Amino acid sequence: MQLSREAMLKAYRSMVKIREFEERLHLENPKGEIPGFLHLYSGQEAVAVGVCEHLTPRDYIISTHRGHGHSIAKGCDVGLMMKEIYGRRDGLCNGKGGSMHIADVDKGMLGANGIVGAGQPIAVGAAIACKLRKDGSVSVSFTGDGASNQGTVFEALNMAVVLQVPKVFMFENNGYSEHTGASYGTGAKDLPRRIEGFGLPVFHADGFDFFSVHAAVGEALAVARNGGGPAAIYCETTRYFGHFEGDPMLYRAPDEVARFRAEKDCLMNFRARVTEAGLLRPGELADIDEEIAELIERSVVEAKAATRLTAADLLTNVYAAY
Amino acid sequence: MPIKTMRDAINEALHQEMARDPSVIVLGEDVSGGAGGTSGTRDAAGGVFGLTRGLLPRFGADRVIDTPISESAIIGAANGAALAGLRPVAEIMFSDFIGVCLDQVMNQAAKFRYMLGGKAKAPLVIRMTIGAGMGAAAQHSQTIYSMLTGIAGIKVVIPSNPYDAKGLLISAIRDDDPVIYLEHKMLYGEQGEVPEESYIVPFGEANLLREGEHATVVAIARMVPFAAQVVDKLEAEGIACDLIDPRTTSPLDEDTILESVRATGRLIIVDESPPRCSVASDIAALAAQKAFRYLKAPVAMVTAPHCPVPFSPDLERLYIPSPERIEAAIRAAVAYK
Repeated sequence: MQLSREAMLKAYRSMVKIREFEERLHLENPKGEIPGFLHLYSGQEAVAVGVCEHLTPRDYIISTHRGHGHSIAKGCDVGLMMKEIYGRRDGLCNGKGGSMHIADVDKGMLGANGIVGAGQPIAVGAAIACKLRKDGSVSVSFTGDGASNQGTVFEALNMAVVLQVPKVFMFENNGYSEHTGASYGTGAKDLPRRIEGFGLPVFHADGFDFFSVHAAVGEALAVARNGGGPAAIYCETTRYFGHFEGDPMLYRAPDEVARFRAEKDCLMNFRARVTEAGLLRPGELADIDEEIAELIERSVVEAKAATRLTAADLLTNVYAAY
Repeated sequence: MPIKTMRDAINEALHQEMARDPSVIVLGEDVSGGAGGTSGTRDAAGGVFGLTRGLLPRFGADRVIDTPISESAIIGAANGAALAGLRPVAEIMFSDFIGVCLDQVMNQAAKFRYMLGGKAKAPLVIRMTIGAGMGAAAQHSQTIYSMLTGIAGIKVVIPSNPYDAKGLLISAIRDDDPVIYLEHKMLYGEQGEVPEESYIVPFGEANLLREGEHATVVAIARMVPFAAQVVDKLEAEGIACDLIDPRTTSPLDEDTILESVRATGRLIIVDESPPRCSVASDIAALAAQKAFRYLKAPVAMVTAPHCPVPFSPDLERLYIPSPERIEAAIRAAVAYK
């Protein structure tokens, strides 16, 4: 499927937004104003955007602990996300959730999740709702290579097949389950075949290439949206930063990230593809880069200046206070 | 005596017990780390908080087992290994993740000895981190021991200082029953005297850290150093308190608590858990049941509120019982007529 100019510009904007957001957090984090853990998505942008460019607010996604990219791709407001990550009152979850629990149900983003493998069964439930609504909507879960070994994911795969719900499982293997190589923790040498064994079609994509992901997701959605039950996509990608910010990444070869950045970067690939084919002009892309840089700068400045939470906020959103 | 952090004391206990007893194994996510990585470095993590560092290079991958991210299988495997004669020490990175594997804890490990007519034992240890204070939000900050203490068949151990951490972990590994061993993340850097040699701190024996006639303060985990700070401050003003760290909430040393309450007549319990059905309310009930006529003031509980742990440090600070709240509660109990 050839994408329109507008669709390509939109996808590029979304990918750059994720990249700028994450790279900026990487720079801001050592300043000590960001609480808690940050798990950054830099390097994997083609996956989140390749999925979410197909989705509407009626469709659901559920994310992982590495959730910023999925959230941005699904349309969450980066200003509100930044405030959330800084723990401010008007953050996306009023400062109560933080980086690992960003959600925006109105946008169909059912949440990042601090428990590895918790999201997939939840996404099956959302797919039941989609099926009952009969409006062609779908539910998509993102699953890392680490989570792919959780029992909850096996159960969700099987139940989605049994119930024939409109559910798409996006498996994104970034090479590392926390501090351990993905190949160590997954006994099956061919993970897609293992997934296929649950009884659903698995489409393959190149996780470094937006167009490849976008095409594979299109095929999976054609199954799920048209009553064909669940489908899966498998792709390999990489993360540019540690499992969490501060992780010294002793498990990676020292030049590995630099090599990925220089040779396989998804944004670099995208720019080269669309400009060499004459589909988009370099100036258009540069304009987007500039626009997003300003957006992210503004979001950080506003987050730092945003209202802090007070004692009056501690026991809101509870049904009983003791 | 050497000064060590709680992190090093726990690491030392693991090293010493693995060296002493070849049936001790360690398993969990990234307990070594680096397997399958591109640097070729093993022990790339040594546990996400560094507690199991150095074990794999010393004892090998057969006994120091990096697992997939599969909490049910980790605890299930620890159960099976224990039934088959090993002494597994399983790590669940954050106690919050017990939600993923609770069946293996509450229906399996906890039940074996009794349900099988005393014919089986399951000498496993489950190490987990607890506690708020890192901005780690609702799914990485809970204390969870109140729920676990309510399960018959498992022992629940909560050290508050490096000395106890080492001795209690050695007891846990040598114990023939399933033991949940909970490490407060904010205490890992706490320093204290820790002997080089191996020693045990027995279960069911509370630690009386301070002695005083005016009130009894019972505190758990990170609340022990918080309470000690307050008790020392009040001591200078002439308000003297017993400060008791139960160290194990199951079994609970009722005698030490009751003896103190009978002497002081005033009880303040400090617990970083929500108040309902908690260790704090359990100890309050104990005093009401067994020391009622000695009480001179209502039992006071200084706890977290009944809500998930908030992310924002502005709220997290309010969630965690503070020295100020502890001080106010002690003063109110002592002033009560």
